[in-house]
Amino acid sequence: MSDSFLVSPLGSLEYAPAPESAALARLSDSYGLFIDGRFSDPESHELVETLNPATGEPLARYARGSTSDVDAAVRSARHAYESVWRDLPGSERAKYLFRIARLIQERARELAVVETLDNGKPIRETRDVDVPLAAAHFFYYAGWADKLGYAGYGAAPRPLGVAGQIIPWNFPLLMAAWKLAPALAAGNTCVLKPAETTPLSALVLAEILQQADLPPGVVNIVTGDGTTGAALVAHPGIDKVAFTGSTEVGRRIQRTAAQTGRHLTLELGGKGANIVFEDAPLDEVIEGIIDGIFFNQGHVCCAGSRLLVEESVADEVLRRLRRRMDQLRVGDPLDKNTDVGAVNSATQLDKITELVEAGEREGALRYSASCALPDRGYWFAPTVFSNVSQTHRIAREEIFGPVLSMLTFRTPDEAVAKANNTPYGLACGVWSEKGSRTLWVAERLKAGVIWANTYNQFDPTSPFGGVRESGFGREGGRQGLEAYLDV
Amino acid sequence: MRVPSVERRPSFADEVQLRRALDHLSGVDAVGVTHRVAKLATRSLKTSTKSRAIDLALSMIDLTTLEGSDTPGRVASLCAKARRPDPEDPTTPAAAAVCVYPDLVADARRHLEGSSVAVASVATAFPSGRAPLSVKLADVGAAVEAGADEIDMVIDRGAFLSGRLGQVFDEIEAVKAECRGAHLKVILETGELVTLDNVKRASWLAMWAGADFIKTSTGKVSVNATPTVGLVMLEAVRDFAEETGSLVGVKMAGGIRTTKDALRYLVLINETVGSRWLSPDLFRFGASSLMNDLLMQRTKQRLGAYVRPERFSGD
Repeated sequence: MSDSFLVSPLGSLEYAPAPESAALARLSDSYGLFIDGRFSDPESHELVETLNPATGEPLARYARGSTSDVDAAVRSARHAYESVWRDLPGSERAKYLFRIARLIQERARELAVVETLDNGKPIRETRDVDVPLAAAHFFYYAGWADKLGYAGYGAAPRPLGVAGQIIPWNFPLLMAAWKLAPALAAGNTCVLKPAETTPLSALVLAEILQQADLPPGVVNIVTGDGTTGAALVAHPGIDKVAFTGSTEVGRRIQRTAAQTGRHLTLELGGKGANIVFEDAPLDEVIEGIIDGIFFNQGHVCCAGSRLLVEESVADEVLRRLRRRMDQLRVGDPLDKNTDVGAVNSATQLDKITELVEAGEREGALRYSASCALPDRGYWFAPTVFSNVSQTHRIAREEIFGPVLSMLTFRTPDEAVAKANNTPYGLACGVWSEKGSRTLWVAERLKAGVIWANTYNQFDPTSPFGGVRESGFGREGGRQGLEAYLDV
Repeated sequence: MRVPSVERRPSFADEVQLRRALDHLSGVDAVGVTHRVAKLATRSLKTSTKSRAIDLALSMIDLTTLEGSDTPGRVASLCAKARRPDPEDPTTPAAAAVCVYPDLVADARRHLEGSSVAVASVATAFPSGRAPLSVKLADVGAAVEAGADEIDMVIDRGAFLSGRLGQVFDEIEAVKAECRGAHLKVILETGELVTLDNVKRASWLAMWAGADFIKTSTGKVSVNATPTVGLVMLEAVRDFAEETGSLVGVKMAGGIRTTKDALRYLVLINETVGSRWLSPDLFRFGASSLMNDLLMQRTKQRLGAYVRPERFSGD
């Protein structure tokens, strides 16, 4: 039966624009580095532009941290570690973390707008996910700061020292919180390097650290590009490297770190499988698939980018999925009703486009949502490929965009085999009304995170991280402390 | 207001077949439904959209009075309000129907003659449904006889919960026959069915048995219409339409008091079943106090400021 009589769902009650005000971001023209508790003069650095990916227009200029800037930051962090932070009682460190968490909440609206402008993700997500979760991470680890002896790592576990932390552009503020909160709770000091295309929310966070009276040098934020990150990783003064980003860069970092014996945790790419059995709750499955791949434009390392559907319901799932995709509201990220925002950069858009073209060439069947895309900025319509086989590049390589590859299976064994047929191992989803089957499958999946009848749910109390080429080490939960303690 | 009749539906040889058909429906994941509803509740309706949605909601109201203390006078003033919700602003849409007990149908009929407002009557030993079938049918017959355009029946929740699905089905069919062309809304009393799986199964059962509308609640139990139940019922009518080609309406009743609540239901419809259901012939609010809040917001949209609540009649 066609659904022609179901007129376009959004055709009748068309939502008038409901934009959040960009002025809330209170952006400066240019930003310096945050070292030793102070912002440096922007004009003393080489400045680069950061763009609004929704328009392609520049938002602000920020400093490209040089090797000597990195050196100054690491020395400041070392000094703060030895003179203040290491020996501060846990209950005192907790006070700072609680303060930071509350200040994030107080400035939530500003942070949400800054993040949306700089990253391109919809305000609905920054407002309801990124910013509240960032605050929640600080709250959570604040609670641990004076209870480290009960975390299961000995009676009085020691911090590692100075942590060099490099974060990606897909969740700029949230990843900063994931890195900083456990490190600070455990008594380490930090040098944080935000991603090249999304430095702004970390710089607002630096203002918050000042507001919170965090002792100078405990957190230093050095913006810049890959060379800045490389200088940080190679700096002899750091004791720990924590990196979230691509598997390729992760390999290089591991190579560098291997020669030093310093601690390392890596959270890298993924090609998550979302496995749907025929008895699954179909309407919720569709929402789970949508959340799994179109959340944050698919710029999610744990995205459910491979959809594995039992053959008996594959047509039904695909039909419903396409209908749902047509309802996604793609456009102005600042509009409160936008579901899918802009791709973060021209480089990323090129990569997505290249892989999608490869998918078409290799014979997979493409369906893209019928939405109109803005004519400036970087955009890609939500897309699903069906008739995908395991050998296709779109089934093997991480696309990191709103592109889903659908494969089918016949038995639970085949589902597990296909799900595990990837070098990655970050996250998987299992959809079934039968608990015993869900557990049977989950036990056999090689992934750090497995969601049952849901996808892309995050909580500070729950450890997150990968196996195989998705990295090692956990962030979140009690386990997240281990990465910053000498155990 | 006339509602299109359901034309095609399957028939079941016995209760076993009916149960198999219901077992075949895919399950409902309550966590997922809650998550989806919470997400859609963040939709922001502004300016022209908000004005349009408020008018739409007004036109979907079954203005209801179901009290032991109801009198012909009370029904008369409710009917006047349904016809002209805001006498100072003639552009205000009229309500869809006035909903009363069967013995007051004749009064309502008289007061609504010549208007677009339909007369709806609860029947079948409302609200508990605890009466012999013959009594329920007589109840329906009397309401239809007195001029009801729409009959709001209750299902036998006891029968449903104890697995006597065939009995529930047969009762709906019998009531439908007794309606003689009046439109049948089947009240599932979702607050007593408790689980969303039950809501989904009862929805399909009612639609297969001939419901023109499926309705959440009597308004007489502690849990009435909720957005999660609304979403499950909307998905059911959508899937039913795809399977059979027949359009069944949804009525949310009880506990919807504010414009904000009402607009959230409109968003649910908009993003679940599509615009075809954004119309009083396929979606209704069973409510009384909702109307004044909508009128208040409507005036605010027009004048840019709130007026005193006393400006609107207390009926």
